[in-house]
Amino acid sequence: MTTITPEMALPGAKGKSIKETKEILKYYSATQWQLIWWRFRKHRMAMVGALALLFLFILGIFSMFIGPNDPFFRNQDYILGPPQSLHFWDENGFSIRPFVYGVTTTRDPKTLRLIPTVDPSVRWYLHFFVKGDPYSFYGLFDSDIHLFGVKEKEAFVYLFGTDSLGRDLFTRAIYGTRTSLTIGILGVLIAFVLALIIGGVAGYSGGWIDYVIQRLTEVVRVIPVIPLYMGLAAAFPVEWSTQQVYFAMTVILGLVGWPTLARRIRGQLLTQRDEDYVISARISGASAGRIISMHMLPAFTSYIIVDLVISFPYMILSETALSFVGLGLRPPEMSWGTLLQDAQNIRSIEQAPWLFIPSLFVVVAVLAFTILGDGLRDAADPYQVVRKK
Amino acid sequence: MLLFLLQRAVGMFITMLLVSIMVFIIMELPPGDYAERLAFRKFSGTGAQISESDLDNLRAEYGLDRPAHERYINWISGIILRGDFGEAFAFETSVNNVIGQRLWLTLSILFSTLIITYSISIPIGIYAAVHRHSLPDYSLTVFSYLGLAIPNFLLALVLLYISVKFFGSNVGGLFSPEFKDAPWTIAKFWDLLKHLIIPAIVLSWSAIAFQLQTVRATMSDELNKLSVTAARARGIPESKLLVKYPARLAVNPVVSTTGFDVNRIFSELPIVALVLGISDLGELLIKSYIDLDMFVAGAILLMMTFIIVFFNFLSDIFLAFLDPRVKLAGD
Amino acid sequence: MNDLIDINKEYLLNVKKLGVSFETDEGIVRGVNDVSFQLAKGKTLGIVGESGSGKSVTSQAIMRLLPKNGHIDPASEITFHQNGDLLNITKLKADQEEMRLIRGGKISMIFQEPMASFSPVYTIGNQIMETVQLHRHVNKKEAKEITLDMLDRVGISNPKIRIDQYPIELSGGMRQRAMIAMAHSTEPSLLIADEPTTALDVTIQAQILELMRELQTDLHMAIIFITHDLGVIAQIADEVVVMYLGELMERGTTREIIKEPQHPYTKNLLKAIPKLETLHGRLTPVGGDIPSPLERPSGCPFHTRCIDSIHGKCEVKNPEENRLSETHFVKCFLLKK
Repeated sequence: MTTITPEMALPGAKGKSIKETKEILKYYSATQWQLIWWRFRKHRMAMVGALALLFLFILGIFSMFIGPNDPFFRNQDYILGPPQSLHFWDENGFSIRPFVYGVTTTRDPKTLRLIPTVDPSVRWYLHFFVKGDPYSFYGLFDSDIHLFGVKEKEAFVYLFGTDSLGRDLFTRAIYGTRTSLTIGILGVLIAFVLALIIGGVAGYSGGWIDYVIQRLTEVVRVIPVIPLYMGLAAAFPVEWSTQQVYFAMTVILGLVGWPTLARRIRGQLLTQRDEDYVISARISGASAGRIISMHMLPAFTSYIIVDLVISFPYMILSETALSFVGLGLRPPEMSWGTLLQDAQNIRSIEQAPWLFIPSLFVVVAVLAFTILGDGLRDAADPYQVVRKK
Repeated sequence: MLLFLLQRAVGMFITMLLVSIMVFIIMELPPGDYAERLAFRKFSGTGAQISESDLDNLRAEYGLDRPAHERYINWISGIILRGDFGEAFAFETSVNNVIGQRLWLTLSILFSTLIITYSISIPIGIYAAVHRHSLPDYSLTVFSYLGLAIPNFLLALVLLYISVKFFGSNVGGLFSPEFKDAPWTIAKFWDLLKHLIIPAIVLSWSAIAFQLQTVRATMSDELNKLSVTAARARGIPESKLLVKYPARLAVNPVVSTTGFDVNRIFSELPIVALVLGISDLGELLIKSYIDLDMFVAGAILLMMTFIIVFFNFLSDIFLAFLDPRVKLAGD
Repeated sequence: MNDLIDINKEYLLNVKKLGVSFETDEGIVRGVNDVSFQLAKGKTLGIVGESGSGKSVTSQAIMRLLPKNGHIDPASEITFHQNGDLLNITKLKADQEEMRLIRGGKISMIFQEPMASFSPVYTIGNQIMETVQLHRHVNKKEAKEITLDMLDRVGISNPKIRIDQYPIELSGGMRQRAMIAMAHSTEPSLLIADEPTTALDVTIQAQILELMRELQTDLHMAIIFITHDLGVIAQIADEVVVMYLGELMERGTTREIIKEPQHPYTKNLLKAIPKLETLHGRLTPVGGDIPSPLERPSGCPFHTRCIDSIHGKCEVKNPEENRLSETHFVKCFLLKK
């Protein structure tokens, strides 16, 4: 009984060390997903995108913990207030603990308006894990600990400033992250399920069923997207609660989003259908379900995942745009779009440019999803030569 | 070739028919009907009581008591046969009157956007493909990513801000105040052009980003093809070669996605128009949705979709003209 | 010194110590190493080798068609003798006008995939006439006549109709003929044929070879015929060059190579050809696989697959060229003189 050496298993391994040979064996016996993950890891930009998204998701999930204030609280003393900058030192000395300057409000005798003025002699120190406004963590438990905040009763910390009603933009932006991302996910899910059913049927059956579905898909695709959304959103009765509107929005996003995905699924199924390996599976008597799930699906699952990731930006941009003009989510629901309603005209830019900060979140999210999608696509394509970065 | 044209024309007609049904469904979606809304608008300030029979009279007057398919036939035949898009309840005049000038303004925005998009993205995309992995190429990639990520209403606001702060001119809207209701003159036309720049730039921003990448990718593929090497092997000078061979084929996907570009432009138009204060179809669309004036909304949806479908039709023909493979396959 | 110039003048093409390197992401790859051969006017040279042997790279180097990351060694020299002038191709810049006039004009190239080498969006007439007008200083009308004549000459029926057709409208064999017509329309002195018959079936292959032979006689043209098919080589080549992993293993007249091969690689190639008489025996391919160009074997490139390799010698040093006869050269240590 001869021992099997690596050289027997691997032609061309002659002369290589045991360690190197083991590496080569590991590469050849890796699963599809391991391969994709290894290639993905090399793609630095995509990793950055993935990290950015992870960061946003954490912000969203832990929004009540990270946001120092109650998103609905209106601070009359600091309306349309500019962002407070964090300092670590000034002429009074250095401090490890970051602080913001105190703000006193005086009333202008002529206009009777409250004018906030920054008082550099007063320091409001930032503490971590402070007691703040109470909240419930998704009904699992209650708490009132926030990531950071100020202790003094009259003090406040508004890192992104406040809006026209005196509400903390920082906290609201974080809450908005949760809403916008969730709607994006739900929208993509609904679109995906619809696309899977419709595109799958079309692609696998072919023939006249395919033709009819094609025509229908084309009709939906040809109507401009946002006007179509608006048309459907305009139908929301005024009486609907914000929850109902929220739910309906995701359904609409999904309803309008399925054509692109369906087309892709159908295309993939059609091409794979005529591949030799599918034909041989059919000949050997495998059922249609088995063929699709065991043979065809793995072939294009990676493409579908990429398509899903790339659909996110459209969902997010659409929801933001719709809510921005008041045809989507409605206040008090907080999404990036509703937050931007305050920033609708040029006066806002002049007076309170910080109202635009939620749009930065949009840009980052969209960029992150796009880069991630590109990276996944590169990693999943088995025919692409690995490029050295 | 004629058969090809005919096939496409018939397809266009069928699609529009299906679209019109879909639009009609959308028009019917909002709860309540015109009679209620009209009555509400008419009598809300007066404190008068509206009885059910008043509503019924209103309904009969406007033909709202007919079954759905009858109303659809009335509506669609009005459009096809007489070009009459119905009543704009909120404005108490016909839809045609309300839309009026706005159609032409919208079309001029559309065309200037398309011109800007293609005259920038095609040459630069070709350049980027020829000079891959150079600094200009990388910066263009960055630009493309940004172009797709930045929401255009944000861009519109920023541009507006810049133009006011640094150029001191009020470039919102499509006309300066002195030209707004004046009759058409060369000066007015020139004024229009000056104002078209900003919406055209905003709208073409994402289109350029997208087409730039497409042209670049296709051109790169083409450059690697054997036909290009073979042409070089025949001694054809490089610049002439680039234009005649790979560039010609790289333009194909751009032509075939023109309809898609128009679709996207119309999709972004309403919000951009709202932000920039432009009185065009897009802005009217939003207004009509908010007012629930569905005849106006339906008419605008129909017009936009028709223009998109028509562009699809044109690009199919143009593509067949450009690429003999398409024409021969279609015969 | 005069000797050298005279030797050059005898030959149409003289390739001396050709070396080509490619910059890739994985490192510098040697595509061709120390290859030398000569070609006389009107003769046919066959270049034989497996894929990866560098045979296409050699022809690209001659035409100065290497991709941007490919570089010819400064020490290499390729000279082309034309009308009493001796042109040093390696000294010219790839897109210089002189080189462009040679490319397609004096030296033409035909490819394996005729469909791929025509652009699909222009008629074949358009593309042929473009080349003719570029190299032969004739006006459009004359170019058209030359094209029609050429199409007829290569055996395409109804040239007047075909000239306005697109490549997609022609059959595979006709496209190959059209490509040959295009290559010959400029009356080149050298034709480089890169696997022109590989994609064709045997009967058409015979026709195309016959056509090429006729044209060669008419134009007194030299041909470099690149292929992996020794059978074709035996039919049409006067001299043969055997390449492996970018290096020249053996070269000589066709008779010498086929009848008295000396290099183990050449011998294996010949043995690998299945013969009708040995239908019941086992096939004898050349053992082993081609090493990746990134991991070139040390010493003689073939030693990893050579049964007779001499341990201690073949993997250490790369053999020099041994001259066996006036025309027969081999690079191998096994031949001790």
